[in-house]
Amino acid sequence: MNIPNDLKYTKTHEWVRVEGDIAVVGITDHAQHELTDIVYVELPTMDSEVHAGKECAVVESVKAASDIYAPVSGDVLAANEQLANAPELVNKDPYGQGWLFKVKLRDSGELGELLTPQEYAALIGA
Amino acid sequence: MGGITNSLKRTLLHSAHIALGAKMVPFGGWEMPVLYTSIREEHLAVRERVGLFDVSHMGELVVSGFRAEAFLNRVLTNDVRRSQAGRAQYTFLCNDQGGILDDLVLYWLEPMRFLLLVNAANIYRDFGWLTEQAAGTVRVENHSDEIATLALQGPLAPRLLPMAAGLGIFHIGAFDVCGVRCWVARTGYTGEDGFELFCAPDDALQLWNALLTCGAEFGIKPCGLGARDTLRLEMCYPLHGQDITPETTPIEAGLSRFVALDKGEFLGRAVLAGQKEKGVHRKLVPFQMTAGAPPPRPHYPIFAGGKRVGEVTSGAPSPSLGVGIGMGYVATELAQASSPIEIEIRGKTYPATIENKPLLKRKP
Repeated sequence: MNIPNDLKYTKTHEWVRVEGDIAVVGITDHAQHELTDIVYVELPTMDSEVHAGKECAVVESVKAASDIYAPVSGDVLAANEQLANAPELVNKDPYGQGWLFKVKLRDSGELGELLTPQEYAALIGA
Repeated sequence: MGGITNSLKRTLLHSAHIALGAKMVPFGGWEMPVLYTSIREEHLAVRERVGLFDVSHMGELVVSGFRAEAFLNRVLTNDVRRSQAGRAQYTFLCNDQGGILDDLVLYWLEPMRFLLLVNAANIYRDFGWLTEQAAGTVRVENHSDEIATLALQGPLAPRLLPMAAGLGIFHIGAFDVCGVRCWVARTGYTGEDGFELFCAPDDALQLWNALLTCGAEFGIKPCGLGARDTLRLEMCYPLHGQDITPETTPIEAGLSRFVALDKGEFLGRAVLAGQKEKGVHRKLVPFQMTAGAPPPRPHYPIFAGGKRVGEVTSGAPSPSLGVGIGMGYVATELAQASSPIEIEIRGKTYPATIENKPLLKRKP
């Protein structure tokens, strides 16, 4: 299972890439593998707020709809519009083209609550 | 991704499923594979080639005795006399209010011996109900633990079973398949050609492996319950517990052709005849979402003209059609093909259209 070293993770299988005061959010390789066949992605709208630990997006596989939880709080700066027509990018490239949304970090202290790659690997038994 | 409790039953093929990388889920009291690699891939394998399902969780009840035919004709809605030994028939077990206790396939094995293939979650209720109704006039046995069931489905299925390729649709016969003695029926739950095979549990693994091996050249895939669900939904085959329940009748579900009102007395007949004559208040309808909408799921509200008119009973993205599809009950006056409805999904409504059955139109 791919768990890049430069990312932070949540217990609910989201990843965060910190770029200055911006957090890019997606779901992990493990999550996309468990969900399989992603057919629809519903993302937070631009300028909405997301709150750490709260539902903010939905990823739907053939079998079920799964909530995505915001790893950090802040205003949404961008949502990955490509996913409207190509939701399968989340399966094919979960850490790249399959990113979900970008948030302007409100409290960088929240990053300390996230899991390291090692901690996430232990969580999923990888 | 919930945990699986150890009270769930396992089929004889459990370790074979794990070895194939299956994701296991609870279903009807059993731990069953929902998928091996991808529901979409498994679904398309069945539509285009051939797939193999372990459906050993399903129940097998055997009714026998010289009054078996008359007994079954009194407790089931279809007319057993329209069938004969060597044939299969889709039918309902209804209560005296016409509510559907179960839907099942009745296999007429021998002149005085019938096999009822029933839903896993209903085995004990069906068995208890039939035993009570029989009151000793016929023998009712639960053979669910002595029979393993595999479903081989898809247009290439007959190529794998040349010995049974001559079986007619909804016929059943005894065959040797790869050295395993089986009852083989030309039935299924996918809308494709194919077979269901009944064998002794001790032979199940040999049969499973043999079919996967000789199916390799045809691109066979082991398929889970996820694909089984999307395949049956595209055909609008009902799932008991969702689309049909003891609170709904075959008339409301649009399945009156499996109710032989003309055959004489049977359980539920009075109510069902009344519904057929006077009409029903609600109907089960298939629908298709407009492109771009999220997939519908069970229990989502259905709206028409701004009013809530019903609820989705089954819904999923259709791998064959590439849009969301579903079924649900709506008021009868709204149950017209090509009528617009809306499905409420996470607080927003999305347009859909009521369709004719099946949602996946068959090739000519």
